[in-house]
Amino acid sequence: MPVLWLFLIVLALAAMGFIAGRMRVTTAGGVRPHSLPNYYGWNVAMKVMAPALLALVVWLLVQPILVDRQVTAGLGENAVPEGSTLGLVMSDVRRVADGLDTAVGRGLITSGDADAMSAADSNVRSLLGEAGVALGSDVSPEVLEAAQRYRAMNATGDFWRTAVVLVLAIAGLAWGIAQSHGSFRARNSVETGIRMILLAAASIAILTTIGIVLSLVGNTWHFFQIYPASKFFGSFTWSPSFGGGSELGIWPLLWGTLYISIIALIVAVPIGLFAAVYLSEYAGPRMRAWAKPLLEVLAGIPTIVYGLFALLTVGPILLTVFGRDGLGWMQAGTAVMTAGLVMGIMLIPFVSSLSDDIINAVPQSLRDGSYGLGATQSETIKQVILPAALPGIVGAVLLAASRAIGETMIVVFGAGAAARLSLNPFDAMTTVTAKIVSQLTGDADFASPEALVAFALGMTLFIITLGLNVFALYIVRKYREQYE
Amino acid sequence: MYDAPLRKTDVEANEIKISAKDVQVYYGDNHAIKDVSVELQDKTVTAFIGPSGCGKSTFLRCLNRMNDTIDICRVEGLISLDGEDIYDKRVDPVQLRAKVGMVFQKANPFPKSIYDNVAYGPRIHGLAKNKAELDEIVEKALRRGAIWDEVKDRLHAPGTGLSGGQQQRLCIARAVATEPEVLLMDEPCSALDPIATAQVEELIDELRTKYSVVIVTHSMQQAARVSQKTAFFHLGNLVEYGETSQIFTNPVDSRTESYITGRIG
Repeated sequence: MPVLWLFLIVLALAAMGFIAGRMRVTTAGGVRPHSLPNYYGWNVAMKVMAPALLALVVWLLVQPILVDRQVTAGLGENAVPEGSTLGLVMSDVRRVADGLDTAVGRGLITSGDADAMSAADSNVRSLLGEAGVALGSDVSPEVLEAAQRYRAMNATGDFWRTAVVLVLAIAGLAWGIAQSHGSFRARNSVETGIRMILLAAASIAILTTIGIVLSLVGNTWHFFQIYPASKFFGSFTWSPSFGGGSELGIWPLLWGTLYISIIALIVAVPIGLFAAVYLSEYAGPRMRAWAKPLLEVLAGIPTIVYGLFALLTVGPILLTVFGRDGLGWMQAGTAVMTAGLVMGIMLIPFVSSLSDDIINAVPQSLRDGSYGLGATQSETIKQVILPAALPGIVGAVLLAASRAIGETMIVVFGAGAAARLSLNPFDAMTTVTAKIVSQLTGDADFASPEALVAFALGMTLFIITLGLNVFALYIVRKYREQYE
Repeated sequence: MYDAPLRKTDVEANEIKISAKDVQVYYGDNHAIKDVSVELQDKTVTAFIGPSGCGKSTFLRCLNRMNDTIDICRVEGLISLDGEDIYDKRVDPVQLRAKVGMVFQKANPFPKSIYDNVAYGPRIHGLAKNKAELDEIVEKALRRGAIWDEVKDRLHAPGTGLSGGQQQRLCIARAVATEPEVLLMDEPCSALDPIATAQVEELIDELRTKYSVVIVTHSMQQAARVSQKTAFFHLGNLVEYGETSQIFTNPVDSRTESYITGRIG
């Protein structure tokens, strides 16, 4: 039975259960039931859906893995031809099996024919061609046999899947309806169910993060096995050559990342903070109503647009001042300064909107206290409000720093592609993120150190931003306790 | 009849410190204070009593122009301090607030050390020429706030770490450190326990020797204990103003009598 049908049947059973559970309590009479009738309905529906759908999901995830493993184990040594791999043969097996399914589905052959067919007496390739599955070569007997086993196992699996899911759903229905009498605390049971749903959502988010980290860790490990970590962290040269013998030192990239981020923060923090102070302390309600959304529009601009802005506007403007016709410090429009300035502009709304919230959270009583002592507005801000808001502002700045470090598009357009260690902010440099893109988008062999280095770079970046975020949270939490 | 005997009330001889004439206050369209005229004396504790929302806190905040920080608030009429109109264009509200200090309902120490809390006003107004003078001012203020003995060994600990009663006395010390002439107190004891309340009340009585004190309170016993003059507000009107003993024993207006005997409010 197709999965969709199975799913709909479970839903229908749940709906029936809802009505039945409700009715059983409302028509029972006698003592007033513990919960409202709908809770009894939801309790039954929950008992139908939760185990059945959970089993369905787990089955859908596990069955392909098990079947694949079984069929692979049954293939034997000589099934893999010279110059091929087990993976390629298995994908052939799956294509043939799918092709047979399609052929049966179109009525070209019967299901029994498909199972009994042998490579010797029928032309499988042309049959599958008619069914719309093109194969590169004739089907070998081993592959056909494996495909038939694959089909058989899947058919058995599908049958048992349907059976198990339906049995669970019906058992849940019976259990739920049996529970639906006045003394049962359906309300509490539904509460537990809701807690489980929320818990599941939270777990999925956390598990995904762990999955991302694990995928990075695996490939990073792989990289360090073919390229020594001492050279990766110890070398000051970045010169990948896809022919081999490349030197992959992280320092030029890390320096570029930090240099650009520092310039971005030097631009964004004062401007963002002052904008926040103006908006929260000085601006009247009408000014605020206009200025705040306008500032937040900046936050909605895609970073690639900022990148274009860097390339087409900021770079040329800087070049006219600092370039060959001006001060002569700058060779081309792409430079650390270009990327840093534009990234700073991008971060202004980020800093200002976070700081604005934090400044607004400073209790009015502190402002009153300061004004009541005869302080002016700026004295109050400098000596009372900013110190009180400082932990939050530091947190905002550190979050902005993690964004700056992870930014890619502005760097690709604004900073150039040369990995170099230089102190001149008008030199072209590049960052970790930009190099990750260029290492993985080439047509390099995926198993070469030149491609795998991207994962080591990503991992390093992840650890740096993670450290910054943890530090930001620590600062915010530590000082928050002190003032409340 | 009262918890404590009324303090001596020979204050009629004291000169007028603040005088208000026909004061109207509006919050947007809401007419919060109507035709209030009152004369507050120097070196006297004046209590403002009345039911919630009667305008006593609003009127108090007019006396040092704290209402200026509220956009929709509008004040009309004449309020003068030592004969000078405080709402005159030439008066700087910031300077005014240094002369008319304020203590709030909820203790609001700044997130700074105890020392810096008290030194805040003197530093802003440049009252001390050097560190030694500042130390002296801080010590004097903390002594006057009756909290010196409790905090002298930890002047550099955060002010927010003190107990509620200590925080409120710290705020009072902070207010007197700027040498104000008038001290406004908006329900200073409403968040305190009886022991801390007693300490603050004692402090208020001592402050009377130097300042004119105006206190808003919900507790009629407190008004009777600490004040020499009492003003009763009701629905934005000043109903009755007179000697505390007279207001509490022989009120003229029937509304005052109803309030102090607990029938309205």
